[in-house]
Amino acid sequence: MATLTKQKIGGILARQGILIAFAIFMIAFTLASAKFLSVDNVFSVVRSSAILGVMALGVTFVVISGNLDLSVGSMMSFSTIVVLDLHDKIGPALAIPAMFAMTLCLGAIIGFLVGYLRLNSLIVTLGMLSAIHGLTLTYSGGQNMDIADKEGTWFSVFGQGSALGIPVPILIFVGLAAFLGVVLARTPFGRKVYAVGGNGTAATFSGIRRARIVFQCYLISSACVATAGLIQASRSLGSQNTVGQGLELEVLAAVILGGASLLGGSGTIFKTVIGVLILGFIQNGLLLLGLQFYVQFVVTWVIIILAVWLDIAAKRGKLLSPIA
Amino acid sequence: MTDPVLRLEGIVKTFPGVRALDGVSFSVLPGEVHALMGENGAGKSTLMKVLGGIYQPDGGEIVMGGETVVMSGPLEAKSKGIVFIHQELSLAEELSVAENIYLGELPRKSFGRVDWARLAEQTNTILKKLNVGFDAMTRVGDLSIANQQMVEIARALTVDAKAVIFDEPTASLTDAEKVVLFEVIADLQKDGVGIIYISHRMEEIFKITDRISVLRDGQYQGTVETTGTDEETVTQMMIGRKLDLSRNAAHHELGAVALEVRGLSCGDLYRDVSFTVRRGEVVGFYGLVGAGRTEIAETLFGLRVPSAGQILLDGEEVHIHSPADAIGKGISLVPEDRKGQGLVLGMNCRDNMTLPQVDDLRAGPFMAEGAEVAIFDQYRDRLDIRTPGWRQKVGNLSGGNQQKIVIGKWLSMHPNVLIVDEPTRGIDVGSKSEIHKLLRELAAQGYAVIVISSEMPEVLHVSDRIIAMYSGRIMRTFTSDEVTEDSLIQAISGLGGDREA
Repeated sequence: MATLTKQKIGGILARQGILIAFAIFMIAFTLASAKFLSVDNVFSVVRSSAILGVMALGVTFVVISGNLDLSVGSMMSFSTIVVLDLHDKIGPALAIPAMFAMTLCLGAIIGFLVGYLRLNSLIVTLGMLSAIHGLTLTYSGGQNMDIADKEGTWFSVFGQGSALGIPVPILIFVGLAAFLGVVLARTPFGRKVYAVGGNGTAATFSGIRRARIVFQCYLISSACVATAGLIQASRSLGSQNTVGQGLELEVLAAVILGGASLLGGSGTIFKTVIGVLILGFIQNGLLLLGLQFYVQFVVTWVIIILAVWLDIAAKRGKLLSPIA
Repeated sequence: MTDPVLRLEGIVKTFPGVRALDGVSFSVLPGEVHALMGENGAGKSTLMKVLGGIYQPDGGEIVMGGETVVMSGPLEAKSKGIVFIHQELSLAEELSVAENIYLGELPRKSFGRVDWARLAEQTNTILKKLNVGFDAMTRVGDLSIANQQMVEIARALTVDAKAVIFDEPTASLTDAEKVVLFEVIADLQKDGVGIIYISHRMEEIFKITDRISVLRDGQYQGTVETTGTDEETVTQMMIGRKLDLSRNAAHHELGAVALEVRGLSCGDLYRDVSFTVRRGEVVGFYGLVGAGRTEIAETLFGLRVPSAGQILLDGEEVHIHSPADAIGKGISLVPEDRKGQGLVLGMNCRDNMTLPQVDDLRAGPFMAEGAEVAIFDQYRDRLDIRTPGWRQKVGNLSGGNQQKIVIGKWLSMHPNVLIVDEPTRGIDVGSKSEIHKLLRELAAQGYAVIVISSEMPEVLHVSDRIIAMYSGRIMRTFTSDEVTEDSLIQAISGLGGDREA
């Protein structure tokens, strides 16, 4: 066996820091609570993480391309409300494509503003967060949206169904993650996303159409949001206007926790999935330990900051550093 | 003999797998300008970081005024009178000159309020010494790069400097600004300050330094008196072999005209520019910064829209709307700013090299990674790029190897017209001559090559013809046989008249 030098260990820690943190964390919670690693519990965590996870997949593209998307939470509310409303009006078979089209339009607007007009993505998507919320409330008249016949619709399959004993939301999450993971890692488009986020000017000087790539990343993000909205609507078959509120930060936290840089150019779908799972297991673990639900928000935040700090410290090689 | 202000004794610094500094010793006398030379990666920066307290040496000692000192950090170094003028400026653009100079030690009044009057007065005293045309309250962002550098220097003068280290200070200065800088250095010299001067530019080294110390691969090669040596000797110490600095004499068969530009203008940037480039020919564009050379290249590459004129490729008029368009038409541009425009530093070597052709290198919907590696291997061997492997991030390579990646990236596109803008900026002499040789070889293989450069030896060395530009106009075109340094300087200063050769 090769001897492990201090340097090698440091290198492994730097590259796999997030996986190691995940493993330590899982072991600690398993020791603390016997139920934690039971099949039922794991399934329930993954299932409840699926909506967040699907959205995080799309946001990963946006973040790697060097931008932010803070509008995904309110966009998800929009998708959910729209598809529930249209379900009773035009039937689920038409409601789903119609909702996807409308959500993609929102993504296209953001993509146009950030990609082609080169406006700051933080401002654009923060504004869209609020604008889309207003749009949703206008659409619904502020009312909760419910499907009339909750028993007799096949629409519930996306949120409540299962195949081969695996819940459909998990299948969608895993399937989409595999597909988008391959797109990002193995296709010319994925390569261009990394180039645009790593150095947009150099990408332009290499003949890459930066605006188009950014635009396409926002389209992917909105398609993921629409999918998440579909799962959400199908699971509850009724919804408030604020169902996705605050999710944008959790999504971003999962992506960053996975190790994508907010500066763009780095991150992978696999790491984002790990980030999503860490977030899901943290919240679940805290509940099992009997912490009050509201305390979770604080603890989640602390753990995220810790994870990000350790990640950066591993890359710098020190815990505290005056220079990057 | 006077005591040195600073003496380094057998400094050793190791990093994982590398002995970056291996017993480096030299001393700086008061009132001396001491050049520190070496190729990129020879250990100059590491040595300076040791001196500045950023790295702790693994062996050896730093001696000042007869005592061994330990530099525990940058502040400690500064308080001991060691001051750095960095190549890359570290100024707060939104603050005034005075605030930048006294950042961290602003003079105070009661209740911690800043004493603005005293601050301005102190600053203006220093600025007067430097003889600059701006005052204490000017916003730094409004100053030219050269004047910003003067602010850095002014900062050095606030402490009782014993040794001042200039790291490539002239990289972005015009000739007139250099003169001012050299005067400042002369003044420091008079005050008995020891100066370490790091530069790749031989002319400067021989103009202003007293002694030259050379590093190679982290090892100290020796110190020589500047007056007792010449460029060739120093170069040989640096790279361990001789260098070909001759004028370009070899001419090869010229082919058909690959690129013709007729009456091209772009707003105020350049006007009525016409020239041709034939296959097998290297055309050098020489001029001062701001003469419009880079802007012409950017227009040919589809990054700027010309306001008038025509571009013809192989005799046919073309309109180039974007870089993608230019690449499709067989034009490649190795841009001026390697890190900003040429490379994605966080990406690996292979991916950087194949970036312009990602859409063509596919197997079904996926990247053909094998083909990518093949391209990388081919150009790594051809350009002698030194890297542990294609997975290495480009940001970890030395400047010369980075530049070769950029050149390889564009050669692998097999362009008809290759434009290289400042191909050897910030690169050590060894890599420089390799790149020059490569440009000549490419022309011999039938490429039409345009070389834009601000360095006269470079233009003279590689070009078949030289186009001299001044303030957006072509002043004169020289063939390599008729060109003289004087006539070239006259042409780029706007003195050469409008004679077209």
